[in-house]
Amino acid sequence: MIQVASNCVGCGKCVSTCPFGALSLVNRKAVPNASCTMCGACVPVCPVKALSLPASAAEKKDLSAYKGVWVFIEISDDGKTQKVRPVGFELLSKGRELANQLGEELCAVVIGDNVPQYYAELSQYGTDKIYAVNGPEYHHYNTLAYANAMVTLIKKYSPSVVLFPSTYIGRDLSPRISSELFVGLTADCTGLSVKDGNLIQTRPAFGGNIMADIKCPDYRPQMSTVRPNVFKKVVTTPGKMAQVVTEAIAVPAQAAKVRIINTHIDEVSAMDKLDEASVVIAGGRGMKDKNGFALLEELAGELGGAVGASRAAIDLGLKPKEKQIGQSGVTVASKLYVACGISGAVQHIVGMEHSDVIIGINKDANAPIFNVCKYGFVGDAHQILPRIIEQIKKTK
Amino acid sequence: MNIIVCIKQVPDSTQVKVNPKTGTLIRAGVPSILNPYDHYALEKALDIKAKTGAKVTVLTMGPAQANAVLRLALALGADEGVLLADRALAGSDTWATSYALATAIRKIGQYDLILCGQMAIDGDTAQTGPGIAHHLGIPQITFCESIDANGNQVVVKKLIEGGHQILEADLPVLVTMTMPHDYAPKYPSFMAAHKAQDKVTLTWSAADIGADPHKIGLEGSPTRVDRIFPPPARPKGEMFTGSAVELADKFVEILKKESVIK
Repeated sequence: MIQVASNCVGCGKCVSTCPFGALSLVNRKAVPNASCTMCGACVPVCPVKALSLPASAAEKKDLSAYKGVWVFIEISDDGKTQKVRPVGFELLSKGRELANQLGEELCAVVIGDNVPQYYAELSQYGTDKIYAVNGPEYHHYNTLAYANAMVTLIKKYSPSVVLFPSTYIGRDLSPRISSELFVGLTADCTGLSVKDGNLIQTRPAFGGNIMADIKCPDYRPQMSTVRPNVFKKVVTTPGKMAQVVTEAIAVPAQAAKVRIINTHIDEVSAMDKLDEASVVIAGGRGMKDKNGFALLEELAGELGGAVGASRAAIDLGLKPKEKQIGQSGVTVASKLYVACGISGAVQHIVGMEHSDVIIGINKDANAPIFNVCKYGFVGDAHQILPRIIEQIKKTK
Repeated sequence: MNIIVCIKQVPDSTQVKVNPKTGTLIRAGVPSILNPYDHYALEKALDIKAKTGAKVTVLTMGPAQANAVLRLALALGADEGVLLADRALAGSDTWATSYALATAIRKIGQYDLILCGQMAIDGDTAQTGPGIAHHLGIPQITFCESIDANGNQVVVKKLIEGGHQILEADLPVLVTMTMPHDYAPKYPSFMAAHKAQDKVTLTWSAADIGADPHKIGLEGSPTRVDRIFPPPARPKGEMFTGSAVELADKFVEILKKESVIK
């Protein structure tokens, strides 16, 4: 449990900060209970520094040798062509900012088959260096083969930061690497910055409507995953060519224990691609049932948009998981975003706040969704939507 | 064949409310459930048991009350349950949690297949399964929708970006399961629950499993919270109230104003 020193003045700031309700005031002193997870969120809010986590017995390691911001570049493969998944460019763009603040170089790490074809486009984002592991044995993603290559490179070159896309591959690979290296890994970051030489990883946390800054001060490299569309890609060095370092790394024999039998890529209509849609109609718990979502589908049909859902609606089984908009789902940046029956938990907000025009429909005038809306409609979407659809049809 | 399913007790997210003042979850009085992804993984393990006669052991880490999810698993048909409970494990992040679970699995000893939910709904990291696989030195396949197993191999359907893959793997292997979006967890009948009352669960401490004290709890957790803060405030937009007809007409007017429709 968190430790409370005798200089506690009983101000209660920690009590209202604790995400787990684990602190209470007893005789004007903060007292933790068994719900304490030792997350440490209360430590910085104490005005008299009375709160602390138990001190680590481990020796402080010298971390000064760890330098460089790395981005793991994922290659997408639809069975016909392979190319760089665009989230790689987004992470390089953010990585450039971090590298500037740290005074370190930005490096892309690309593992695959025939990777020299990617060097030119990977160089445009202020990339100083490309680490390449190239060969037909890396044509298809394999957890153990790729993890071994990454761990080998990280041990040899000691970067301070490694960023991964929060894709099926990035989420499979990164924890394997962090486990082997005994380093921290923060999932689905919505912001990255530098403070006192540490990577500050911002994300909604602990459920609820709160954001947390996570750091790993005693471990290097610091590792994060980031969903596609969270950061913008910015070409800063067009025409420049990064220095390429090629490493030959053998695939461990154990990798052959998992074998791909076949791969199937779904035919998805452009209208159904949430992350690329210019109009997104999203529904939450307030849409109640399949009939409610049928209204959203109809409106989306009229406006040429895609339909997504909040976590609450996904949990109710109203939409498949891949249609979830938010921190642990898809991030969208559409021209028009209509949120129907969505209260607006921060986990949802971070996945849609970069849309141009946000309209909310909710029965509760105090719903947090209205804080990000350009236009807010206080009412029942079930009653409003049928007439909206009817009126739009008339304009055609 | 021996299957170990790693499960977690979580607050029922459909019943959690947020304190509007502090933004934190109101946890008091919220029922605990078996993490739905783990529930699905357990059902898949029991399907394999029905087909092959495999032995299914469930493992969880948490406080004493987490024993409830073991009891549920036993009532559903699991053969043995192990609870890893120790104050020394408090403060564990995903690194320390996966180390502790892997160390407990080594103590259980016999395993061919380890099944986990892809993630817990109170954390959403999806890191613990791959972490366990690393610590055991075995391969992993993550985000699987279905699984079939015989004595030597598993065949799974795994989600990938924009589609899926069919993979096969030699045992031993760790597989994390996603779940169909309309998945409804099965619960045991009264009779099954009653029958399972005779099954015993084991409770192990960190010392029982021989965990390295430097790799569990806070000390085994590289991540630290720097600070927590409310989401940034923004200027409120234009708000409309009125009858459904008035609101609908206003809505259409705005779509025209924003050039969404003509």
